[in-house]
Formats: sequence, C-alpha cells, structure tokens
Amino acid sequence: MTSVTTEGAGRLRRTATRVRGTGRVRRAALPYLLLLPALLLELLIHLVPMVMGILMSFRELTQFFIRDWSRAPWTGFDNYDLAVDVNRPVGEALLGSFLTTCLFTLLSVALCWFLGTAAAVFMQENFRGRGFLRALFLVPYALPVYAAVITWAFMFQRDNGLVNHVIHDQLGLGGAEHTFWLLGDNSFWALLIVSVWKGWPFAFLIVMAALQNVPKELYEAAALDGAGIWQQIRRITLPSVGAVNQVLILVLFLWTFNDFNTPFVLFGKSAPEAADLISIHIYQSSFVTWNFGTGSAMSVLLLLFLLLVTAGYLFLTTRGRRDADA
Amino acid sequence: MPDHRPRARTRSALDPPLSFKVIRAVFLTLLTGFVALPVYVMITSSLKPPADVAGAFRWIPSGLTVRPYIDIWHTVPLAKYFLNSLIVAGAATVCSVVIAVFAAYAVSRYRFRGKRLFTVTVLSTQMFPGILFLLPLFLIFVNIGNTTGVALYGSRGGLILTYLTFSLPFSIWMLIGYFDSVPRDLDEAATVDGCGPLGALFRVVVPAAVPGIVAVAVYAFMTAWGEVLFASVMTNDTTRTLAVGLQGYSTQNDVYWNQIMAASLVVSIPVVAGFLLLQRYLVAGLTAGAVK
Repeated sequence: MTSVTTEGAGRLRRTATRVRGTGRVRRAALPYLLLLPALLLELLIHLVPMVMGILMSFRELTQFFIRDWSRAPWTGFDNYDLAVDVNRPVGEALLGSFLTTCLFTLLSVALCWFLGTAAAVFMQENFRGRGFLRALFLVPYALPVYAAVITWAFMFQRDNGLVNHVIHDQLGLGGAEHTFWLLGDNSFWALLIVSVWKGWPFAFLIVMAALQNVPKELYEAAALDGAGIWQQIRRITLPSVGAVNQVLILVLFLWTFNDFNTPFVLFGKSAPEAADLISIHIYQSSFVTWNFGTGSAMSVLLLLFLLLVTAGYLFLTTRGRRDADA
Repeated sequence: MPDHRPRARTRSALDPPLSFKVIRAVFLTLLTGFVALPVYVMITSSLKPPADVAGAFRWIPSGLTVRPYIDIWHTVPLAKYFLNSLIVAGAATVCSVVIAVFAAYAVSRYRFRGKRLFTVTVLSTQMFPGILFLLPLFLIFVNIGNTTGVALYGSRGGLILTYLTFSLPFSIWMLIGYFDSVPRDLDEAATVDGCGPLGALFRVVVPAAVPGIVAVAVYAFMTAWGEVLFASVMTNDTTRTLAVGLQGYSTQNDVYWNQIMAASLVVSIPVVAGFLLLQRYLVAGLTAGAVK
C-alpha cells in the first residue's frame, strides 16, 4: 500500500517537474510561435521575391525564359549599365521618368499637405455643416482608385469631357481647338490634379486627429493674453502638428512616388512621356517590352533610392527632434 | 444671481474675426467644389441617356434613366468580377488580420531576440513599391505552375497571396500600436487568474482592441478592393477583379461612359459606406501608428 502511494507521489512530482520544465521552454518559445505564421509569410511574400528580384537583375531575362528563369544567361551588371547609361535610349528614358516622378511627387506632396493642413485648421472649430463636409472630404480617400480615376479620365476627355467644356465652351478660354489632357505635356497636370484630389484627404485625416490632442487650455490662455486667431494658428496649432508632419510627409512621399494605380487607370499601359511615373515605366519595361532583367535592375535601383531617401529623412528629422529635446 | 459663465467668455474671446470667417468660407467652398466635382459627374452621368455622354458634356442631364444600372450587368460579367473582388479582398483581409493579431501580440507583450529586426523589416516592407514584388512573384507563380502543375498564376489564391505583400505589414504595424494602448495590467491580471497567454490574448487584449482590429480590417479591405497593379497582371478571364473588369466597358468603337459611371458607383458604395461608418476608429488608429 505504502509503496504504491510513494510511487504515485513520485510519479506525480516527476510529471509536475516535466510540466513546469516544458512550461518554461514553451514560454521562451511562445513569442516565436506567435510570430511563426507571420515569419513564414514574410519569407514567402517579401524576402524570397526580393532576393529573386536581385538575382533576376543580373540575368538577361526575356520572354523566352519566363517558363524557367534559371536558364536565363548571367550577364553581370549589364542590366544596370543599360539602366543608368543616359546616353542610350533605355537609360535616357529612365532618367526622364525618374525626374518626372521627383517633380510630380514634390508638387503633389506639397499640395496634399497644404490642402490637408489648411482644411484641418479651418475645421477645428465647430460651424454649421462641419460634420457633412468632414464626411464629404473623406470620400476621395474611400473611393476605389479605379472608380475615382476613371471618372477623372472621363472629365479629361478631349471632345466630351467636363474640363474642356468649361474651359473652351463656357469660359471661352484656350481657343476653339479643344485641349488634349491625356496626351502630351498637359498629361502631367491632369495626373497631378487627380493625385492631389485622391491624396489630400489623408493629410486632412492625420492633421485633424493630431489637432484633437492639443489641449483647449492653450488656446484659451492665448486668447486671454490677447492673441488673435491667426496668431493662435501660427503659434499653437501649426507647431503642435510638427511631429506628426514628419511621418505624414514621409508617408505621402512614399505613396506618391510609388503610385502605380493612378497613372495606370488614367493613361493605360504606357503613359505619355510627360506623365511617365517610375512605377509605370518599370511595368512597361517588364510587361510590355518583356525585358524582366532590365525591369528588375530598375526596381533594385528604385529600392536603393527609396532606402537612401528614407534613411536620410529619418536621420534629419529625428536629429532635429533630439536637438529640440535637449 | 449674477450669471458668470467662463465658457461664454472664452468663446467670445475665441470667436474668430470676420476676416478669418471669410477666408475660411472661400477656402472651404472651393475645396468642396473640387472634391464634389467628380462625385457629381459620376452620379449624374450614371443616370444619363447614352446620347448625353457620347456628345459634349452636359451639366444637367437631358433626361434621367436607370437603364445603365441594368445594362452594366450584361455588357461585362460585372457580378462575376464583383464576386472575385469580394473573395480576394475578403480573404486577404481575414488572412492578414488573423496572422497579424498573433504577431502584434508577440511584439507588443514579449521581449525576445530578433524583435527589433522583425519590426524594422515589417516597417520597411511597407515602403517598397508593389512593382518590386510583382516581377519576382509573377515568375515564381509561372515557374511553380510549370514544375508542379499548381496553377497559382491567374488563380484567386495567387492573387490573395500577392495582396498580403501590402496588407500584412500594414496590419502588423497598426495592431502593434493598438495592442500597446491596451494596458498591460489587464492581461497580466488575466494570466494571474489562470488564463494562458493565448487566453489572455483572446479574452482580454483582442476584445479591448476590437475598434482597432475593425479599423485595420476595413483599411486592408479598402486597399485590396482598389488594387490595380497585381490584379492587372495576375488575373485571367475567370478570376478578373473589378479593377480590371471595369475596362471592359470601353470597346473598340464605343465607350459606354454612362455604364462605366454606374458601375463605378455600384462598386464604390460598399467601401465608401463602410469607411464613413468606421472612420472614427480608423483615424484613431492611423494617428496612434503615425505618432509612435
């Protein structure tokens, strides 16, 4: 009887130790177990494609090798040479597209930021219809890109579009000949308008949310000290969104620079030269002229540029913040 | 009894001067016009008879008809595209949110080796252009299809996988912010009360972060619903989504603008309504993520 009990107790104690032991191991492994699905997917959708993209950029990968890309001949840095040689058509076109994208991004981000900030500041105080306007202003952001941009494409039609109807027929500007908006140099401005229309509500959302965190007492104190509304905006409102602006501008920059959807729906597979954004340019180099090697090299160069800009931007803004804290 | 109301006094002190009100009114009016113009065009054109959209633009339709709303379903197989979009965007949303809940919980609540590397990787993949992943994924899918016979290229499953390239990092990143804002004491108390870590996650953290999870899901769905790049390369006739299918209304000879506008409106209403209903959660989440 007694031996059985001792044996039972011993077994119980052993089991307890084992449970506690695996418990500790499980606790240490737990974060990794929780991460496992995400890690596997990250590997599958980000890491492998990226490594493959880099490998592809060193090969002469044309449509003949799509079925088995590993058979494509290794060409070293030829694709990169082709992409950056501005004396040859491919490099010249890439540089042109890059500069267009830079100018376009600069203008679009500046306008989005300005419209978003101004609207958020003006709508800080309550007035009649504020709730309705707020909802309306978010509509461009919520609309699916293709539905919104296709409507703009309709408005920019040369013969039966609203834009030309207003400019030429109703205001009598720009002569009798209707303007081309989706071809030639004007396409840059058409794309810019659509991009700003689609993008500014995001700035509006972020700045508006940031302004909600500004204590009301600050304004009241300033008002009692005799500061007018413009002074309050300059001294309290704008400085208090400074930290948010750093992230906002970076995000706007990355989105605009990488935007593919807007030009693709507005112009189709090949954009006019004046509005040939880099994403479309790489898409066309890869899927229209079927040169995946060069397209990959361009993608890698684009990635390096974005990493460089982001790192530089973060370095500058965080250093500024640290100085301000000190 | 003397009526001294400090609120009234500060309000009069804060009451903006006329110049401010005028500038505000002008600015907001112009902006409203700019924002509403395409919406007006979309709605009115969708109700116009074909002659109105084929000729010069008309502000006021010559007549109203709901014919375009009937024709859109026959001119192109819109219902099929709608269903494809629904499946692909829905599945991508569910997958990324579920997987992100676990990952974000690990990052938010545990210290472990490689945590910083993981978060930096997730953050940086968000800034990469889709075109970067498109080419390799396209080739991977084609090659997998050739060697194993598993048709990823052109399938809904393949498209869902590519949509995770943007929705997963975004979901993880936003949910980390939301989980961080749930007080740690709550799930520690749950653990003391006998909940395992997963019990604490599902009984305490997830319920407390429901608004955040909803916001992330809405945003992921919206992004997938509007996606064009992957959809235009990775789909075929049977798996085509709305993003590509809407192009079917322009034929060689004719562009059915009234039908395009009607279809655009139909495919927009679900997401716009969802967004406007849930935007409060989304705004809170975006700033929580952005400020950190």
